[in-house]
Amino acid sequence: MTTAGMSGAGVAVPGPAVTRRALRRQRRTAGRRSAGATVVGVLGELLITLGVLLGLFVFWQLFWTDVVAERAQEQVVQDLGWARTGDAAPDTVVAAPDAEQRDPAPVMDAPPHGTTFATLAVPRWGPDYVQPISEGVTRADVLDVLGIGHYPGTQMPGEIGNFAIAAHRNTYGKPFHRVEELRLGDALVVQTEDAWYVYRVSATQIVLPQDVDVIAPVPGDPTAEPTTAMITMTTCHPLFSSRERFIVHGELDYWMPTDAGIPVELTGGEGS
Amino acid sequence: MYGWLWRVMPGPAWLRVVLLVLLAAAVVAVCFTWLFPAIEPLMPFNDITVDE
Repeated sequence: MTTAGMSGAGVAVPGPAVTRRALRRQRRTAGRRSAGATVVGVLGELLITLGVLLGLFVFWQLFWTDVVAERAQEQVVQDLGWARTGDAAPDTVVAAPDAEQRDPAPVMDAPPHGTTFATLAVPRWGPDYVQPISEGVTRADVLDVLGIGHYPGTQMPGEIGNFAIAAHRNTYGKPFHRVEELRLGDALVVQTEDAWYVYRVSATQIVLPQDVDVIAPVPGDPTAEPTTAMITMTTCHPLFSSRERFIVHGELDYWMPTDAGIPVELTGGEGS
Repeated sequence: MYGWLWRVMPGPAWLRVVLLVLLAAAVVAVCFTWLFPAIEPLMPFNDITVDE
């Protein structure tokens, strides 16, 4: 009785091999049964793939371009040879206060498009913030690869008028990402091969993209004759959008030759 | 589509998994190197310059 019952159970429940074969047969017939189901299945897989690719694109745009551009821009600063780098040795000579000069500063000629001719250091953005400044504001060959671009036709560092520069707020190294943290009086330190130019933030404003007067020699008044040396930084606003522009104006505080040492503003004494 | 891809892969299951991972990595590399930089200027949110 017991034995018969067990053998009966053995017949009723098929072994693992039978199950697998049966499943396979079932799957095959199911596939043959409906061509429409196959089409819907492939379509679904394509849509899932598209979704994954879109996600990858967002990752590439928001993070990977930063990784690539930050590495490249750091290399650009190093390749200049004369520029102070973000990880400069702490034993750098700090310039004596009497090296700071407030007479008309030396002005270099505008270089050809795409040439890196200066760097920008902003103590407020950390002691290792040093970014190259290159001629031109086109995306493919300046802003996306070299970082900060200088509006062609605007003045050069130290020159009476407006030294106007632009950079990405997000993506591609995002040189001006933290622009909203700047406060009035913060130092903006521009280094060229021959001189340091220390500007101080004098105003910030948010404008529409077509308000190009902000980079005029006298910001906001394209017909006026400039009397002071200014710097203007422009970048996108708000974050992750290009609906408006965030503008920072600064006035030249002093300049000094590069061989006098480094400006005291870069020694960590302020902006931390 | 992916079922077909799995069936045409040679070798045992672990080898197929390795091959598919390599294939996925290749697709990502192609996207990052050529595809995304090519389509990026066409995105509306990247229109940041003002034409005068």
